[in-house]
Amino acid sequence: MLELKNISWSLPNGGREVIKDISLSIPQGKLVVVTGPNGGGKTTLAKIIAGIAVPDSGKILLEGEDITALDITERAKRGISFAFQQPVRFKGITVRDLLALAAGRELNQAELCDLLGKVGLCTRDYIDREVNASLSGGEIKRIEIASVLARGTKYSVFDEPEAGIDLWSFTGLIKVFEDLKNINSGTQIIISHQERILNIADEIVVIADGKIREYGAKEEILPKLLAGDKNAGCPVERRVTK
Amino acid sequence: MNDITKNILETVSDYNGEFKGAYNIRVNGMCASRQSTENIKIEQKEDAPGLVVTVAAGTVGETVYVPACVTAGGIDDLVYNDFYIGENADVTVVAGCGVHSDDEADAKHNGIHRFFVGKGAKVLYKEKHIGTGKGRGAKRINPVTDIYQEEDSVLTMDTIQLSGVDTTDRKTTAKLAKNAKIVVRERLLTDGDEYAKTDFDVILEGENSGADVVSRSVAKGNSRQEYYSRIVGKCPCTGHTECDAILADSGKVFATPSLVAEHQDAALIHEAAIGKIAGEQIMKLRTLGLTEAEAEETIIKGFLK
Repeated sequence: MLELKNISWSLPNGGREVIKDISLSIPQGKLVVVTGPNGGGKTTLAKIIAGIAVPDSGKILLEGEDITALDITERAKRGISFAFQQPVRFKGITVRDLLALAAGRELNQAELCDLLGKVGLCTRDYIDREVNASLSGGEIKRIEIASVLARGTKYSVFDEPEAGIDLWSFTGLIKVFEDLKNINSGTQIIISHQERILNIADEIVVIADGKIREYGAKEEILPKLLAGDKNAGCPVERRVTK
Repeated sequence: MNDITKNILETVSDYNGEFKGAYNIRVNGMCASRQSTENIKIEQKEDAPGLVVTVAAGTVGETVYVPACVTAGGIDDLVYNDFYIGENADVTVVAGCGVHSDDEADAKHNGIHRFFVGKGAKVLYKEKHIGTGKGRGAKRINPVTDIYQEEDSVLTMDTIQLSGVDTTDRKTTAKLAKNAKIVVRERLLTDGDEYAKTDFDVILEGENSGADVVSRSVAKGNSRQEYYSRIVGKCPCTGHTECDAILADSGKVFATPSLVAEHQDAALIHEAAIGKIAGEQIMKLRTLGLTEAEAEETIIKGFLK
């Protein structure tokens, strides 16, 4: 169980309050999609969970332990992974290196094939490539997701994983999230606007203007979103594949 | 061979108790050991201290080692080595250098290497520099490399200096004939009060010749680096020079890549990027469980790999 209790966060130097007294309990083994309009606080909330942003007030409990004061590294060691919306690039660090760092050990060819295959990349073409500007936005995004898969942690946070992913790979990505849920009972928190991702959620959280507007089972929340419920305040993108 | 020499050789020239093939080990200005092979002859230079290394035409897959060690302060070593690479040969030249001082006196090595690369020949030139010893005497290495490439030849220069050298003044020049290619990969790490200067000057004289000169460096502590690189295109040719540097602590880097195009079809590019390690890079690695220090070390290690 991951619990957020009365979390608030404001921009530095007396700036706007982005997260306003949010409380949320995310049960183990659930796929929770956090959605809502742009600028509503979704990414900030994800960063607070990973320790990248430090809340001004409130508490974060991971399986009962107060991790509010723990930094990014300590939270990663406790089993929280984070896939960035805009992955960074590294000169000299190869895909193989990055995945080994994520896994905490060297990975053999079969393991690398498995990880990269899940995100729609051919291992032979990628393992020795540097994670640098020679990779396209979509390629580096998939490698970012693979780095989280390599960690195999209990809690995985994905910030808009669909951004930059083509339609064909998107289907594979959906399967990755479903598999993660079914195979290792991992908890996934996915920031997304995509209807197909919302469709595989166990629970949906709608955040707007720094507050939780809706939180409940997919069956309850998604129809409201698709109907354009003003309270939910969240236009859902419908990604159509032919 | 004492332990200092042995350690230097192991570090700079992959020495593991012996060299296979042709070699010359230079220690404190003297020849400590030498061996030629059927295809690679190593002879004493007659007009100056140093060697004449002659690789027979068509020699393929052989390596010649010419490491130099300065193992004590107070030694100022100067050597002139000439390498004649026969037509269509494909060989590796390993020419590392280590300087060591345990006292107040400076230890210094000046290696002047000339390469005459024959038609169609390929050379991998590996050069690693290191300074060791706890003495306050400065460890100085000043390598000069002059390269003359004939038609269709390829020379790859892989040069590394990762620690302990107080001052370095490197000068490399190259002249390329038709279809010749040169690839330079420099990796440099300075720390403390170290100073390193690199100066590459490549002249593309022959049609369809090409140069790719890339330097990656890290300046830590209070160290300073100067990087100069000039590619001159006198004909239809391609040239690329790039300097990427990471600054840590109070390190300073001065980079001046430059291009001279003397022909309309000379396609030349230069790039230079200097900055500290991006905070996002450290953050990403921390989300994988690394500490901030481990993340920095990983980024630098990868960058200089």
